[in-house]
Amino acid sequence: MKKIFGRTRSLRGVDTHYCQGCGHGVVHRLIAEVIDELNIREITIGVTPVGCAVVAYDYWDFDCVESAHGRGLAVATAIKRLQPDKIVFTYQGDGDLAAIGTAETIHAANRGENLTVVFINNTVYGMTGGQMAPTTLIGQKTATSPLGRNEKTEGYPLRISELLAQLQGVYSVERSSTDSVQGILKTKNAIKAAFKNQMENKGFSLVEVLSACPTYWVLSPVESLDWIKNTMSKVFPPGRIK
Amino acid sequence: MAYIKLDREKCKGCMLCISVCPKGQLKEDKGLNKKGIRPVRFLDKDCSGCAFCAIICPDCCIEVYK
Ligand SMILES: Cc1ncc(C[n+]2csc(CCOP(=O)(O)OP(=O)(O)O)c2C)c(N)n1
Ligand code: SF4
Ligand code: SF4
Ligand code: SF4
Ligand SMILES: [Mg+2]
Repeated sequence: MKKIFGRTRSLRGVDTHYCQGCGHGVVHRLIAEVIDELNIREITIGVTPVGCAVVAYDYWDFDCVESAHGRGLAVATAIKRLQPDKIVFTYQGDGDLAAIGTAETIHAANRGENLTVVFINNTVYGMTGGQMAPTTLIGQKTATSPLGRNEKTEGYPLRISELLAQLQGVYSVERSSTDSVQGILKTKNAIKAAFKNQMENKGFSLVEVLSACPTYWVLSPVESLDWIKNTMSKVFPPGRIK
Repeated sequence: MAYIKLDREKCKGCMLCISVCPKGQLKEDKGLNKKGIRPVRFLDKDCSGCAFCAIICPDCCIEVYK
């Protein structure tokens, strides 16, 4: 009998601090598997975020640089320009990429930096206590929208992937979901394609991943995946955007 | 016959693996692990080796053998 599934080399075997059912763990594993399948562990530099994934560098077994909240793509730009032979990716939450880091994100994308972005959309600021994010759905209750997000005062859920896809410098944008086994496999393919694009010098590639935050959605992990499938995916439809 | 190895101490008890197993081979354990969490137990009766459980597990607790 052969082992057909097990932990990959780039993922350390340590326990993570993530809550039960948190999507970050799934995406960490997918990135590690992609890096090992592409055989780029020795030349990869990850730019880790501020957010729940702040210590992702402790969970991956390749080089990482920590960036300030929102500044991942500025840091990644510098690394890639100084070391163009390295494969550089950022891992960023919605609060990070689509709120405080909006300027860094848009300008790196517009410059067409040859980078890979894994964007974790969980509709909240997980690390700081589940506050409303630009991606929070209309009516969704969070710590700072206790009555539910109201578009009249807080605006609409920001589809930043669609916005970025408009920029000439952007090579590819895909949205994917971790709500099911099939969704997770698709997410892995999308992440793999985004890394390959960089290896082939094609330019800025972003994968938005719909990812569960059971703690601040106040749902069980199983209910959280249903919520992604039945509610969140309606506002953020998975698929190739560019 | 296929089987899985589930790391009982690593398991966070999210129950996602149970929800996707097409063969009903996973059940909540009656005891607690060292985290104080009720982990999942593998019944080892009719596993197909589909690896759905391993793919959905956010904590990489499951190895699959086929
Ligand atoms: C410059 C700066 N501003 C604000 C913060 C506080 N802060 C830490 S994490 C965070 C939001 C995290 O949300 P997100 O990026 O969506 O990641 P998640 O935790 O949801 O994965 C904020 C506002 C900070 N650390 N640094
Ligand atoms: S707060 Fe949410 S995003 Fe953060 S570790 Fe917990 S479930 Fe994951
Ligand atoms: S490998 Fe498939 S059949 Fe076996 S326990 Fe996991 S999900 Fe169930
Ligand atoms: S999916 Fe993983 S962490 Fe969750 S209950 Fe199953 S083995 Fe435990
Ligand atoms: Mg978030």
